[in-house]
Amino acid sequence: MDPILSVSGLSKRYGETLAVDGISFAVAEREIVGLLGPNGAGKTTTINMLLGVLEPSGGEIRIEGIPLAAERSRALARTNFAAVYAPLPGNLTVLQNLRFFGLLYGVPHLRARIDELLEEFHLARFRDVKCGVLSSGEQTRASLAKAMLNRPRLLLLDEPTASLDPSVARDVRARLKGFVDRGSGAVLWTSHNMYEVEEVCDRVLFLSRGRILLEGDPRRLPAEHGRETLEELFVALAREPLALERERA
Amino acid sequence: MRWNRPAAIALRHFYLMRGSPARVLPIFAWVAVDIVLWGFITRYLNSMFGPKVDFVPLLLGAVLLWDFFSRVLHGVTTAFLEDVWSRNFLNLFATPLTVTEYVTGLVASSIVTSALGLAAMVALAGAAFGLSLFSYGAMLAPFLLVLLLFGIALGVVGSALVLRFGPASEWFIWPIPALLSPFAGVFYPVSTLPGWMRAVARLLPPSYVFEGMRGVVSGGTVAVAPLVWGALLAAAYVLLAGRLFARVHRHAVRTGLIARYSAETVS
Repeated sequence: MDPILSVSGLSKRYGETLAVDGISFAVAEREIVGLLGPNGAGKTTTINMLLGVLEPSGGEIRIEGIPLAAERSRALARTNFAAVYAPLPGNLTVLQNLRFFGLLYGVPHLRARIDELLEEFHLARFRDVKCGVLSSGEQTRASLAKAMLNRPRLLLLDEPTASLDPSVARDVRARLKGFVDRGSGAVLWTSHNMYEVEEVCDRVLFLSRGRILLEGDPRRLPAEHGRETLEELFVALAREPLALERERA
Repeated sequence: MRWNRPAAIALRHFYLMRGSPARVLPIFAWVAVDIVLWGFITRYLNSMFGPKVDFVPLLLGAVLLWDFFSRVLHGVTTAFLEDVWSRNFLNLFATPLTVTEYVTGLVASSIVTSALGLAAMVALAGAAFGLSLFSYGAMLAPFLLVLLLFGIALGVVGSALVLRFGPASEWFIWPIPALLSPFAGVFYPVSTLPGWMRAVARLLPPSYVFEGMRGVVSGGTVAVAPLVWGALLAAAYVLLAGRLFARVHRHAVRTGLIARYSAETVS
C-alpha cells in the first residue's frame, strides 16, 4: 500500500542557498511524524513545498501516490493545513470562513460538517464573530477547524499549538491524535515544544541545514544518543549538527 | 473546472460586501457623482446649442459606458486585493483551487458588482437627465460586451502586476481608466488625435465602442466590422491577460513569493 505522503530527493535552492537538500521520507497511514529542527533548518520550506505553494528545485512529492507536480488539484484535495503564521481572513466570520474553504475543498454536506467542527473545536458561540477579533487561541482553533473540514488524508501542521494555553493545547493534541487513531489519515507536525512532540509523534525527523540528520521514535532517540531528554538532543543537534554527522560516519 | 471553487471566491466577495458599507458605497457613489456632474454639463451644453445636437446620449452616455468599463476593471482587482489585504494567499493557494478557477471567481464577482453599478447609473441618468441607453438600439449589447471584456482583461493584468510587484503597486491600478481615456476617444472622435495617439487608439477596444456610439447618436449607419474587430481584440486581451496571470503565479510559486507575500515583496 502507498504511504499517505512520499517525498523523495526533495530540494529547494534560492540562488546560492540550498534551503532543502535532497530529503526523502514517507508518512504512513495513522502515523504522526514530527518535523523538528532549529529556525532556518528548512521545515517551513518543506511544508510549503508539500502545500504546493512553493515549487521544488528537485525531487518528487506524492500524496496517496498522486504526484503533486503533475496533479496538483487532485493531490491537494486530500490535504489540509494549519499554521500559526496563516490565520484565516480576519474580515470574515468563523462560519463564513468555513463555508468559503468548505466550497474550495468541495466538502459534501457542508452545513452538517461545519456544525460538527464548530462543536468539536468549541467555536459554536463564535460562529458569527469575525476571525480578526478572536483571541489568538480562538483563531488557532478556527484554523484547525478549517484544516479538518475535508477530512484530509494528510494534515500538515506548522506549530499548531504555539499560541494556545496548556489546557487548550492538550485538548487540541487529543483531538488530533483522535483524528489519526480513528484511521482517517496521517499528520506531519512541526513544533518547538519537545514535550508535545514526545506525547504526540510516533516518529520524528530532525532537520538541520536542509538535511535530515536523525530519524526515529522520540521516546527512544535521546537515550540512543546519550541524552536525557528530547530537548537536550534537540539543543545538541541545533548547536553541533556536524558532530552528529561525524558520529554517524 | 470545478464550479464550486469560482463560486467560493464570488461568495467570499458577497460576504465582504454584505458586511461592509465601505465596500458597497464606492460601487454607487463615484459613478453617481460622475452622472450628476456630466448630467448638468450636458444640460448646459444643450441650452447653449439648442435642439440641433443632443449632448445627453453623446456625452452623458459616454460617461456612463466609460464608468461601466472602469467598474469592471476595478471590480476584478478589488476582489483580488481582498486576498492581498487579508494576507490570504497561503490559505487560498494551498487548496485545490486552480489559477483559472481563481480568476473566474474574481471575474464573476466583478460582473455582479459592475451590473449593480450599471443599473444604478442607468436609473439615475434616466430619472434625472432623461438618458435612455436603449437609444443606442441593438448596438447597446455589443458596446457593453466589448467594454466588459476589456475591463476584465485590464483587471486581470492589474492583479498580475500586484502579485508580481507587491501590494504597494496597487496604486498603478486605480488610474488606469484615466490614463486610457484620452486615447480611447471617449468624448471626441479618434480622428481628432495626432497620429501616434490614433495608433494607440486602434489597439484599444473601447475606441471602437465610442466611435460606434457617436455613429448611432448622429443617426448615421454604424460600421459593424470595426466593432467586431474591437470585440475580437478585447477577447484576445482577455486570453493574454489570463496567460500573464498564470505566468506571474507560476513565478510566485517558483520563487516562494506566494508563501511569503508581504507588504513590500518584490523578488
